[in-house]
Amino acid sequence: MALTGIEIFKLLPKTNCKECDFSTCLAFAMALAGGKAELAACPYVSDEVRDKLAEASAPPIRPVKIAMKDATKTVGGETVMFRHEKTFFNPTIIAGLLTTAMDSATVDKKIAQFMKLQFERVGLNLRPEMFAIKDVDGDAGKFAALVKKVVDSSDAALMLCSDKAEVLKAGAAAAGDRKPIIGPATAANADAVGALAKELGLPLLAKAEGYDALAELTTKLTGMGLKDLLIDSGSRTLKQAFQDQIVIRRAALVPKFRPFGFSTVCCPCEMTDDPMKEALYAAVFIAKYGGIVVLSDLDASVVFPLLLERLNIYTDPQKPMIITPGIYELNNPGPDSPIAVTTNFALTYFIVSGEIEGSKVPAWLIIQDTEGLSVMTAWAAGKFSGDMVGAWIKKCGILDKAKNRTIIIPGYAAGISGELEEELPDWKVLIGPREASHIPAFLKSI
Amino acid sequence: MAFEIPKQIYSGAIKSVTIGKGGKAITLGGETSYPFYVFEGAMPHVPRIAMEVWDKNPGDEWADPALAPFKDVAGDPVAWAQKCIKNYGAEAIALILVSTDPNGDDASPEAAAATAKKVADAIDVPLIIYGTGSVDKDAEVLPAVAEACADKNLIIGPAQDKNYKKIGAAALAYNHTVIAFSPIDVNLAKQLNILLGQLGVKDSHILVDPTTGGLGYGLEYTYSVMERDRMAALTQEDDKLQLPIICYLGQEVWKVKECRLTNDEAPHLGDQTKRGILMEAITAVDLLLAGADLLVMRHPEAVKLTKSFIQELAG
Repeated sequence: MALTGIEIFKLLPKTNCKECDFSTCLAFAMALAGGKAELAACPYVSDEVRDKLAEASAPPIRPVKIAMKDATKTVGGETVMFRHEKTFFNPTIIAGLLTTAMDSATVDKKIAQFMKLQFERVGLNLRPEMFAIKDVDGDAGKFAALVKKVVDSSDAALMLCSDKAEVLKAGAAAAGDRKPIIGPATAANADAVGALAKELGLPLLAKAEGYDALAELTTKLTGMGLKDLLIDSGSRTLKQAFQDQIVIRRAALVPKFRPFGFSTVCCPCEMTDDPMKEALYAAVFIAKYGGIVVLSDLDASVVFPLLLERLNIYTDPQKPMIITPGIYELNNPGPDSPIAVTTNFALTYFIVSGEIEGSKVPAWLIIQDTEGLSVMTAWAAGKFSGDMVGAWIKKCGILDKAKNRTIIIPGYAAGISGELEEELPDWKVLIGPREASHIPAFLKSI
Repeated sequence: MAFEIPKQIYSGAIKSVTIGKGGKAITLGGETSYPFYVFEGAMPHVPRIAMEVWDKNPGDEWADPALAPFKDVAGDPVAWAQKCIKNYGAEAIALILVSTDPNGDDASPEAAAATAKKVADAIDVPLIIYGTGSVDKDAEVLPAVAEACADKNLIIGPAQDKNYKKIGAAALAYNHTVIAFSPIDVNLAKQLNILLGQLGVKDSHILVDPTTGGLGYGLEYTYSVMERDRMAALTQEDDKLQLPIICYLGQEVWKVKECRLTNDEAPHLGDQTKRGILMEAITAVDLLLAGADLLVMRHPEAVKLTKSFIQELAG
């Protein structure tokens, strides 16, 4: 059974040397218990203690680092079944499929499409991260050339797929520093492919159908000294693949069944020929526990909704989503355009800015720092008072940008209007609608 | 070393609610496990989809791809509802009384009731009636609808903590089912169910609407509130939460900027029609996985995709 943070703390040196990058041994112990740190970060624990803690302190689902050109992503490391129990930490990696059967023009197009799929939202860059590159005929030269092309012309992380160790070896060599995941290791090729992964120090995908076969395979591979595994339960029907995701996550977390303590790879690309259905399958695996989801094609109309879904599911429910306070220019406002103010709760911003954009009325939207609280909560908590809003309006820079001196406040914050008028004697305060959906009509009426 | 699936112990079940009358009536609920966990529980009644019909022509308020299938019937709710049933196989209709919006057309309760009755008389599938969410206006409109459509077992709502008495009493008097609407909070949802119960509305006549957020616009809040709701109902024997859930997602999804941007305005987001359909269907998938029993959806293609998805996952 897992040890608690305090139990782990008792076994640590208690010197607070900070070499593990935590401020105290207790903080480090807590992180170990939560599966957010590795014992290897402490240089001073005795071997005896190390053995004792190794089993207890290892995260229930092995985090595996995945290399993009300029960034490192992590899959796994999850600790709960439901996001409200804590949070989901490492968003599902979205991968596009390339195969050696595709002609060069198709590959070029798909790479260009991949590089273009980047969307800014809440200061985050939403995008797919990976290409799964699949060998279809065992031609190592062709495979290596395709891998090299992807490495040279994209920043994608890589998953190299072949059942032949020599093909994977050639592909891994072509990938160079862009350390790929290789696989799948199956019962048939586990010795050769497992040895290759070990030799090259690469993460390995293990694939077997049925829980017993899968457990047997990962047990064999960990027995060979491999740690960074991912698993594919082989199911290609929605119902079974969905069940597998739940069973694998539950077994890894609850009884800490080590053979399933790995992130999963899901393949909607092999489950249907209908791209719309494929998108829904991918949506299921983003919500329910997929580590990597491989799509047959990264069409923007499919990928964009999936990226939004992933953002929603992986948003930390313990923290409000916030956006940076400041002046937001909507529909190219001029000096006389209306000026509105609201809070920096991201959802408030999205809804208000979306309605203003939809109205096509040019406007300035000033975002007040309310520590991520929505209008009513911020107002009730005294974080959206007339004093604070007034002070921010004077300071934020709108005075230089606009000549208009009318400020629109949210209808639910109507109570601050008197105080705000005192704070901003040169301004007229206008009370806006309570519901964002009434904003367009309101803007058109002023 | 045979692997055994670690068991989740369920101590409760979702209650059944039947909506509509006659051969096309639908029973919702009855689950004894988390949504679609059919390897360890039963899902005797699969989730259903109602198609959204407005009582006025949505015009510009709907993105073009959403309105296109209904161009010929928009403005005629009876023809619109019939088209949903005949052409798209709708198993239920949700009539949204948009025209009663006090900030909009402000149509009278009598006019709304007459429209509702016309639609109810013209179709044989269950009929859901949504007001605009305006506390005072809904308290006038929905009782008028309930009376005009007596004994048809409509589903009327949203009943909120500030107007549940009038709406609940009307549902009780004329034998309808109530949608208990609460703002993304498990405890408030529970509280309203209790209040409706004290009024005399039976559990067999309540659906819970937890507030639906669209994809990219608060879906995560709805998702987690529904998961917490199902967890309390199924594993903590919280019997006041053991009711089927309804989610009205059509409007939440299609009103957002990313569904409204055309191909010319946003080429980087892919084809607008396909994008909108998938935004709606993916929202539906998440709501289903979190525990929805009845979805109110807009685009026929999104409905079709979601229906086949439900059959595959539950079948």
